Amino acid sequence: MNVAYINPFISSTIATFDTMLKLKTAPGKPVAKTQPFPTYDVSGIIGLSGDAQGCIAISFPKIVALKVVSAILGAEVKVVGEELVDGIGELANIIAGNAKQHFDGLNLLISLPNVVIGRNHMLGALKGIPTIVVPFVSSVGMFSIEVAIKTH
Amino acid sequence: MKVMLVDDSSTMRRIQKTQLAGMGLTDVVEASNGKEALDLLDKGGVDQVLLDWNMPELDGMGFLKKMRENGAFKDVKVIMCTSESEKSRVIEALKAGANSYIVKPFGPQALKDKLGL
Repeated sequence: MNVAYINPFISSTIATFDTMLKLKTAPGKPVAKTQPFPTYDVSGIIGLSGDAQGCIAISFPKIVALKVVSAILGAEVKVVGEELVDGIGELANIIAGNAKQHFDGLNLLISLPNVVIGRNHMLGALKGIPTIVVPFVSSVGMFSIEVAIKTH
Repeated sequence: MKVMLVDDSSTMRRIQKTQLAGMGLTDVVEASNGKEALDLLDKGGVDQVLLDWNMPELDGMGFLKKMRENGAFKDVKVIMCTSESEKSRVIEALKAGANSYIVKPFGPQALKDKLGL
């Protein structure tokens, strides 16, 4: 994968958390995901198509996801439910949409978000498309983004 | 000032509603697509519209074109909210009658500036 494809998603994540959630985040060292391994408990997933194919996922431990969605909505969300699903989906949508503008010359289409909830669920890699995982630390806890993208 | 939020995401509408409340704007109506928005517009009193781009039934552009066909709404200001800043789409929206646009993610201050407060 062209590592330049990772940076728009990292900068978009930082900007989205800073602007909409008023939360500071810092990325850790990106690592290649060579085989599926347990991630966190809540993942927002967006498919990518057009001049490239792949997906982006943002994954949180349950407690962090609740804090993040509480910050988005400006009201405390205490339970896993519709508010959490909608909030994480919207967050993934904003991050992917914002990153999209940095892909000059590529017509990149993003799908509607899907949200997966399950303790330590695994996200399988797309066949033939390398996946990079970027861990993040924030004032409400750790989370990660996974980027799998391949141009035609 | 009465503001209409048009977005298929209830989360996004809630975020915007919270931001508007922080500015003292509590006269807010909500629609989840362009068709609902046209119905609400017909009821009158809307001064500004925060309009999402991609929505089912009638999208933002479809709503904007229909709204601008009706002279009764010529003074209603429309701010397109989009997660994409592609120039061609922005130009298309401005040509169709949007007054301005704002790119997600945005904070309360950026929204306040766009609303002219």
